[in-house]
Amino acid sequence: MSSVLQAIEVSRHFDVSRPVLQRLLAGEKKRTLRAVDEVSFDIPRATTLSLVGESGCGKSTIARLAVGLYTPSSGEIRFEGHPLSSARAQPGLRRKMNMIFQDPYASLNPRWRVRDIVAEPIRAFGILSGQKAIADRVGELLSQVGLSPADGEKFPHEFSGGQRQRISIARALSSEPEFLVCDEPTSALDVSVQAQILNLMRDLQVKFGLTYLFISHNLAVVRHMSDRLGVMYLGRIVEQGPGEEIFRTPRHPYTRLLLDAIPDVAMVGRTRTPVSGEVPSPIAPPPGCTFHPRCPLANDRCRAEKPTQTKAGDVMVACHAVEEGRA
Amino acid sequence: MALLDVEKLVVEFPGRRGTLRALDEISFSIEPGEVLGVVGESGAGKSLTGAAIIGLLEPPGRIAGGQILLEGKRIDRLTADQMRPIRGKRIGAIFQDPLTTLDPLVSVGKQLVETMQTHLPLSDSEARKRAVGWLEQVGIPAASERVNAFPHQFSGGMRQRVVIALALCAEPKLVIADEPTTALDVSIQAQIIALLRNLTQQHGTSVMLVTHDMGVIAETADRVAVMYAGRIAEIGPVRDVVLHPSHPYTEGLMGSIPQLEHRVERLRQIDGSMPRLTSIPRGCAFNPRCTRVIDRCTLDRPDLMQHGATSAACWNMFS
Repeated sequence: MSSVLQAIEVSRHFDVSRPVLQRLLAGEKKRTLRAVDEVSFDIPRATTLSLVGESGCGKSTIARLAVGLYTPSSGEIRFEGHPLSSARAQPGLRRKMNMIFQDPYASLNPRWRVRDIVAEPIRAFGILSGQKAIADRVGELLSQVGLSPADGEKFPHEFSGGQRQRISIARALSSEPEFLVCDEPTSALDVSVQAQILNLMRDLQVKFGLTYLFISHNLAVVRHMSDRLGVMYLGRIVEQGPGEEIFRTPRHPYTRLLLDAIPDVAMVGRTRTPVSGEVPSPIAPPPGCTFHPRCPLANDRCRAEKPTQTKAGDVMVACHAVEEGRA
Repeated sequence: MALLDVEKLVVEFPGRRGTLRALDEISFSIEPGEVLGVVGESGAGKSLTGAAIIGLLEPPGRIAGGQILLEGKRIDRLTADQMRPIRGKRIGAIFQDPLTTLDPLVSVGKQLVETMQTHLPLSDSEARKRAVGWLEQVGIPAASERVNAFPHQFSGGMRQRVVIALALCAEPKLVIADEPTTALDVSIQAQIIALLRNLTQQHGTSVMLVTHDMGVIAETADRVAVMYAGRIAEIGPVRDVVLHPSHPYTEGLMGSIPQLEHRVERLRQIDGSMPRLTSIPRGCAFNPRCTRVIDRCTLDRPDLMQHGATSAACWNMFS
């Protein structure tokens, strides 16, 4: 299987220093936030790679890098073998990717009718011409996501959250993309509606052979959606591999922590010991392995030396303890 | 005697185009030391129930019927002045967003001292000592120094710990926790739930835990009430409701949650969405989405009926 998206040691840094004059007067150095730090992955065609992690771990930055909204500070992202950095010159490459956002209340223009929202990518890329052809295509797209073609005349405020997310999906599909980046597409929705949207997304994946990069903080949702899984912590992928494998035998201590922390309906009546500590600031991450202050297995090597990804079974893990067999 | 008794509570919002009934004859009770979970989707009336109990309904919303009894005394007819000593002293509240709950201009220690001195006869030094004690109890490291810190100097999880301390410091009998962990990351969420559970157990406080997260309820609550379109669809011990639901809505809700333990090809979905208050269907409000609908469902409105260990409002329950 060929890979659709490939990230090779991609980093993205942001300059978060104070304004130049203030900085010079206070004698401070430049401060950079390493939002994404040497991340590599590839996504084979018609599969889903999910990235999970807590706030501030760099999930959404990767989503933006993947569609070219940010350029990498170093490293390279390739889409179907072509470097994405030159995509500006290749609109043909751009229309093959699209994005679904988290908040369906903020991602749809409240002053546009739904038919114009859905048709925007069609017009922007010049895929179809003529009012009639575009209107037919919009009707078809709306039916595909479970709305009626007549809904095109309405405005976004006339729809519920779940229906709005369907409109976002219709818009994302309208440029006939092969690759969709979904950044927390269901975290603003209620569970019964979330189930509708997740089912719809899987149906569409099978129907059109779509490739997904799925970003979420909800591990149960991720388990349901993904073929492959990457667990992120402070800008790095600490464990990646086949989803089922990671859920069956989580190797990295952080993955285990995450899996243990989630309240689950299967846990009714049982008590658990919660993990302590919080995610440190990405501006001044701890030296060595960034997870060591919260890690039960940390030793001197973890505090000094950054772990690299090593293979353990089908899974790549960045952890000294796993590598040394201490885990 | 139950600590809190809510009987046939009706909350209405009068508007230009008629009156909207947001809560329709809700009845439940909370025993001393019990954790009652209230779940439901957005707009089901969960938060409104909490707001009505604590007397914080936003006008023009008003209690239009029924009664609320706290330790046998009615609290739904009290004036704002009469309600003030009850709020905080006898009913504490924890809201979703810890940043908006705390006063950004006052140190957390001062906020605790102020709350305690309003409700308890404490000297300045005694109140201050207790404030440090509370911060230690909720797990804030170096509490004696952090007591002078301001809310913005704490992380989200630490702020929510401070809010819990604030809600409990006047030793209320009942705490209403409205989505206390929704704004937090999963690893922090588990810490906060465990903290809330332990502290309320130690102090014998009852909790009404409002959330949309079934996982949180399953692990925290003793009993759970499932709300749909302003009514209680099912109420009972958490184990029965989660594992053997009687109401088709509860069943659908449980089936639609992706599980960690095993993966299914398709999630169960409840088609459609909850009706708006302006267009609640006749009969059972859930009938257009229900898979077990019978003729009676579209005509008569079901009340809660005892069914095994739980009570459910359904004409055609799972047996």
